[in-house]
Amino acid sequence: MRAPASRASAVPVASGVHWIGAFDPGLRSFDIILRTANGTTYNAYAVRGSAGVAVIDTVKAEFADSFFARLEAVADYDEISTIVLNHLEPDHSGALPELLRRAPQAMLYVSHQARPMLKGLFDPAEFAGRITSVGTGDTVSIGDRQLEFFNTPYLHWPDTQCTWLAAEGMLFSGDFLGCHYCDERLFNDAVGDFRFSFEYYYAHIMRPFRGHVRNALDLIEPLPLRTIAPGHGPILRDDPRDYVRRYRALSGGGLHNTTAKTLLVFYISTYGATRRMAEAVAAGAESACTEGGDKAGELRVSLYDIEGSEPAPFVDLIEEADALLFGSPTINGDAVKPVWDLLSSLTMVDVKGKLGGAFGSYGWSGEAVPMIEDRLRRLKLRVPVPGVKARLSPTVDEFAACHALGRQAALHLLGRAEARAIDIAELV
Amino acid sequence: MAKAQVTFQDIGVTVTVPAGTRLIEVSEKVGAGITYGCREGECCTCLTKVVSGHEHLAAPSVLEDQVLKDNLAPRHHRLACQAQVLGGAIVVKPA
Repeated sequence: MRAPASRASAVPVASGVHWIGAFDPGLRSFDIILRTANGTTYNAYAVRGSAGVAVIDTVKAEFADSFFARLEAVADYDEISTIVLNHLEPDHSGALPELLRRAPQAMLYVSHQARPMLKGLFDPAEFAGRITSVGTGDTVSIGDRQLEFFNTPYLHWPDTQCTWLAAEGMLFSGDFLGCHYCDERLFNDAVGDFRFSFEYYYAHIMRPFRGHVRNALDLIEPLPLRTIAPGHGPILRDDPRDYVRRYRALSGGGLHNTTAKTLLVFYISTYGATRRMAEAVAAGAESACTEGGDKAGELRVSLYDIEGSEPAPFVDLIEEADALLFGSPTINGDAVKPVWDLLSSLTMVDVKGKLGGAFGSYGWSGEAVPMIEDRLRRLKLRVPVPGVKARLSPTVDEFAACHALGRQAALHLLGRAEARAIDIAELV
Repeated sequence: MAKAQVTFQDIGVTVTVPAGTRLIEVSEKVGAGITYGCREGECCTCLTKVVSGHEHLAAPSVLEDQVLKDNLAPRHHRLACQAQVLGGAIVVKPA
C-alpha cells in the first residue's frame, strides 16, 4: 500500500502540477441531497509554467488554511498569474476572495455563465479589471504551457466548465467525473474501492442533467486523456477513459423502447372513481394512436397504480417517458401523499419539456388537480391540456372529458393537435 | 387598446393579448414549455427563441441585454420574463 499524503504537503500529480486541496473525512451529508460514508475531498491544483503559476479551484472556506499551506509549499503568491474557477459553488470558491487578495496581480478566469454569479460571492468592485470570462476554445498562457477551456454548463450548475492542460493530457473537470470519497492516498489506483461513490455521485448530482453530460462528453472524449483531476474524490490517473465510458453509459438511457413516444398515466384511488377516470384517460390516449389509419409504433400508453410501487422505479420510467398524466383524489384539500412523494422525486431526473396533465375525483373542493398542474409547470413540463375534475362518481360527460384529456395529450405528443386561438381573458 | 397575437409554437396555441403584456404572463397560463427560474431577468432560464415577429417586442433593457450577452444567446432570442409585446403577430418557442 502506498503511503498517504502528509496533511501539510502538496501532492505531485504530474510534472509541474500539484494537488493543493483539502481532506474532509468527517463529512456525512453533502448539499443536503446526498450522503457520504467516506467524507470528501475539495480538490485544488497548482500548475507551474515558465511565466507563472496557475491555481485551479480552491476549497470550502473552513479548509482555507490547509489550502494556503499547501499552495505556499509549491509557489509564492507573487508567482501566481492565473486563477481558474471551474465551478463557483462554495465548496470550491470558499478561499477565492482571500486568494485574490494575496495574489493581487493574478487574473481570474471563469465561464461566461459564472461571471454574473460572482457578485454573490464577493463585491466585484474589489477585484475590478481582474476577471475574464471564457468559453470553449479560449486559452490562457502560463509561458511554456497553456490552459484551454471547455464550456460544459449544468454539470451541475450553469457556470461549470472544464480546463485542459494539453502538455500533461490532464483535464481539470470540476464536479464532472468526481465523487465524494476521502482517502489521503488520493489517486484512483491507490485509494480504497470508491466505485460505488462514483456511481452514487452521478445518480444524485449529474443525472438530472444527463443531456448536458452527453454534450460535455462530446467535447471531452476526443481529448488524449492521461489524467482526470476532478473537484472531489480520487484523481483518475489509471485508465481515466474508463470513467468517461461509464458516464457515457449512465447518461445513455435504458432499454430500447419499442415505440417512438411513451405516455404514462399514474393514478391512486380511494373508492375507484379516480381509477376509472385514469382508465378513460388511457383509453383516450390509445384512441389517438389509431386515428387516421394504422399508427402502430407511434405511441405506447401505460397505466400505473401509484400504490403499487415505491417512487424510485417510477422515476426510472418517467426519465424515459414523453408524457405524464397524474390522477389523484382530493383529501383534506390536497393531492394525496403518495402522489407528492412521486412528484417530489422528479428533481432526480430531467423532466423539462415533457408533456404533463392531471385529473381526479373529489368530494368538496377538488384542489388536487390544479395543485398537481402547478407542480408540473414548476418542474418545467408543458401542460397544454386543462385537467379534469369530477365530484365523487364521474358522470358520462366527465368520463368523456377524461377520454378527451388523454386523446388531446396524445395528439400533442404526436404533433397532430389542432392549433388553437384564444383570448388571454379565457386563461385563468 | 392595441392587441397582439402571440403563438406558442410548441403547443400550437395562439393567444390574443393587450400590448404591454410580458410573455411570462401568458406562457405559464397556457401551459407552454417556456420555463422560468428567477423571474427577474437574471438567470436566463426562460431564454426563448422568437421564431418570427421579433420586431413586435419592446427592445431589451440594459439588464436583459447584458444577461443575453453573458449567456451567449443567439440572435432573436429573448428572456420571456422580460420581453413585452407591442402588437402584431409573434411566434415563440422554448430555446
